[in-house]
Amino acid sequence: MSKGWDPGLVLSWTVAVIVAGAFCWLLGDVFWNGLGRVNWQFLTEAPRDAGRSGGIGPIIVSTMLILLVCMAASLPLGVGAAIYLSEFTDSEVGFGRMIRRSLEVLSGVPSIVFGLFGSAFFCIYLGLGFSILAGGLTLACMVLPILIRATEEGFRSVPSEYRLGGAALGMSRTRRLLYLSFPAALPSVVVGFVLGLGRAIAETAALIFTSGYVDRMPSSLFDSGRALSIHIFDTSMNVSGGEAQAYGTAVVLVFTLLSINLAASWITDRWLYRESIGS
Amino acid sequence: MFQFSSDTILFGVLRLCAIAAGSVLLLVFVFLVVESWPALSNVGLVRFFSDESWHPAGENGLFNLLPMLWGTLFVTAGSVLIATPLGIFSAIFCHYYAPSWMARVYRRLIELLAGIPSVVYGLWGLVVLVPLIRELQPPGPSLLAGIVILTLMILPTIALMADAAISNVPKQYLHSAAALGLSRWSTIIGVVVPAARSGLFAGVILGTGRAIGETMAILMVCGNVVQTPSSLFDPIRTLTANIALEMAYALNDHRSALFFSGLLLLLLIIVLASLAETVRVRGEVNV
Repeated sequence: MSKGWDPGLVLSWTVAVIVAGAFCWLLGDVFWNGLGRVNWQFLTEAPRDAGRSGGIGPIIVSTMLILLVCMAASLPLGVGAAIYLSEFTDSEVGFGRMIRRSLEVLSGVPSIVFGLFGSAFFCIYLGLGFSILAGGLTLACMVLPILIRATEEGFRSVPSEYRLGGAALGMSRTRRLLYLSFPAALPSVVVGFVLGLGRAIAETAALIFTSGYVDRMPSSLFDSGRALSIHIFDTSMNVSGGEAQAYGTAVVLVFTLLSINLAASWITDRWLYRESIGS
Repeated sequence: MFQFSSDTILFGVLRLCAIAAGSVLLLVFVFLVVESWPALSNVGLVRFFSDESWHPAGENGLFNLLPMLWGTLFVTAGSVLIATPLGIFSAIFCHYYAPSWMARVYRRLIELLAGIPSVVYGLWGLVVLVPLIRELQPPGPSLLAGIVILTLMILPTIALMADAAISNVPKQYLHSAAALGLSRWSTIIGVVVPAARSGLFAGVILGTGRAIGETMAILMVCGNVVQTPSSLFDPIRTLTANIALEMAYALNDHRSALFFSGLLLLLLIIVLASLAETVRVRGEVNV
């Protein structure tokens, strides 16, 4: 302290200013250029002229359908697997360890590799073709590790008194799970769900060869449908003069993600906090 | 009796879920191997690295993946080298230099950025960054653009992991350092960083994995010319971008070769994951 010169002070402030500056630039640019495009018409109309004008109505619908398929497939599977891993296995040995390692690697697999897998497995092997169903299922494989990690943590942090107390009252394991552990772990399940949703809605590469590019309103889950992120990619890269529309779509996407993140942190702060105080 | 059977059913169903979730990775691996098999048997492993160029379509295709491998390697190495100090200093800033309200805001910002879609980074890169680099030295879409964008994308990952690692440094260490009269900076360099090193390293590995696998942003800012770059301003094409660009029209051996490059990416990620696991186990033993 006597010297007064602290290189860390200068370095860390410089880094913080650079990082914060770069990110404000990025977000500011997106909102500055895109916010003006977003209105009711933009959100509801169909794209015209390859996406140069018109809106993104069908694209929002396709995105929601893809997310619906993704969460409908991954939620039951993920929660089931998380309950099994937390309640019935030891995380560091044997079967539990194997599954956990496999999920850890899975969470690092590049999205383009999921795209290749999805196109070979769901589109061709299972015969789903370019469809919302294939895209949603591919995303389900991707979000599974995120969902399981969050949910598993929730179940692990349920106090063991709950289980022991339930067992002392003669409750079966099923009933203990349903009436004691599950309600106590529910906030974590919701957090896992929200995080998974965030990952899925941000995804592009895994969808290019699974749910496809078609920007019409989908009439069933077997139709190809274009997600918001793919629309941004396509209008900015492949359509000259489509950048304005890309910015508008990016604002919608970023805004949705911001709300999702806010929801997740609100749940963690309020709900989980109250739970732990309450017990 | 009834209770026993309902428990058994539940146990069975849950176990099945766990097995299904655990076997997704296996399924991905198997499908990549099966799909890349035609290329491996018709073209052979060696030609992926020794052919004259990458012209995979048609009868006598050429399958040299090396330029793309170099592309992936350069862009990953560049971004990890820049993002690592930035990320670690971000975490140090939050813990030791920022006023607590600012640390909270800064952390939120970083968390937020970890969730921004890669295509939004790509859009910004394409519209803002690439023209700036073009001013500096044409053509604009380049290795440099890729490195800058990837740095921004993996920085949150490294910063958040470093933040967690620094939080986990035992308080006694800090008290002892204070008792020895070490300055704040000496405490950070001499005590905190060494104590947190396994966590810091894990963050860097995670960031590296993310950089290797990133597709959309790279596809949008790197120019996608198949060549081994000789300067920072040369356009490059990475393995991931190559898959995204050519999958739509690839046939036969060409398609299979793309699956092979996907398999390479998967193997790289598995190696990185094992490395992370080793570091984690080592770290636990040391502490």
